[in-house]
Amino acid sequence: MISELLINAFLVTIMLSIAIALIKTRTVIFTVILTSAYSLVAALMFITLDAVDVAFTEASVGAGISTILFLAAMAYLPKKEVESISSEFIPALSCIILGGILIWCSFDLPEIGQLTAPIHQHIAPEYIKGSKEDIGIPNIVTSVLASYRGYDTFGETIVVFTAGVAVLALLEKKNTTKKNKSQPKQKIKKNA
Amino acid sequence: MISSTIGIWNYWIVFCLMMIGLFLVIGRKNFLKKIVGLAIFQTSVFLLYITFGKIKGGTPPILNESIDTIYSNPLPHVLILTAIVVGVATTALGLSLVLRINSEYGSIEEDDVSAQDLVDYHDDIETGKNFDLKFKK
Repeated sequence: MISELLINAFLVTIMLSIAIALIKTRTVIFTVILTSAYSLVAALMFITLDAVDVAFTEASVGAGISTILFLAAMAYLPKKEVESISSEFIPALSCIILGGILIWCSFDLPEIGQLTAPIHQHIAPEYIKGSKEDIGIPNIVTSVLASYRGYDTFGETIVVFTAGVAVLALLEKKNTTKKNKSQPKQKIKKNA
Repeated sequence: MISSTIGIWNYWIVFCLMMIGLFLVIGRKNFLKKIVGLAIFQTSVFLLYITFGKIKGGTPPILNESIDTIYSNPLPHVLILTAIVVGVATTALGLSLVLRINSEYGSIEEDDVSAQDLVDYHDDIETGKNFDLKFKK
């Protein structure tokens, strides 16, 4: 058991070093690659924390599709980040203070893996017990996702649809200006 | 002692990661870096949730034949599965906003964009464009 926790501590420390490298780098391509690596290490951590479904979703969606989106957007954007004139002291200070408060509060959190923690008492045991009879599939995560909390998944679908419509609406305006420019040519063709 | 330190180590590093993400969002002036910061923040929150769901000696929540198996808590896994997909939708929306800003202003640095806005604002005041509109309303 202790080895599992050690692997966790090691992986999460790797993630910390990747995040620090992200603060240091100013080149866009390194930023994108580091973000992808961050997601991939997070997926490894999810496996050691027993969340296999989350791990492969993170590896395919977080490390895969996000990186593709970033790379596609990167092609149209400046390749270097300009160092800002204004000081970063106040944001850094407020983040450090907030982080200190969170770490101070963490002493009240239950230790990792305690069976007596409040999160394991309330509704999860019922899901684990009832899943086989109610739904009839062995994967409890799937049965909770698709049946017990189906409305959550429905809401998620609506959110993704709205985001897709918004992305289309945002990117289309660029195309219409192009179309306006190219309209005279079409008219000429029709006349001819 | 070592065990309890490791038991709480994850939380500390995850809080540090969250703060690094927050710093990238509020401290950096490059819009692309802000979105990367948002992704970092999201992933660390996912880690925090999954860490809560872990049980010592537990297995992934997939039912097997033996009776005395301890399963890790499936509920955080479900919530985070939803959150990952929504996170990608957020990233896509943010990136398309950045692309629009770049095509409109020719820059994705916050300083440049706000400077151009300021110039436009003063031009409007000098030509009396904004004042007329406000007066009519």
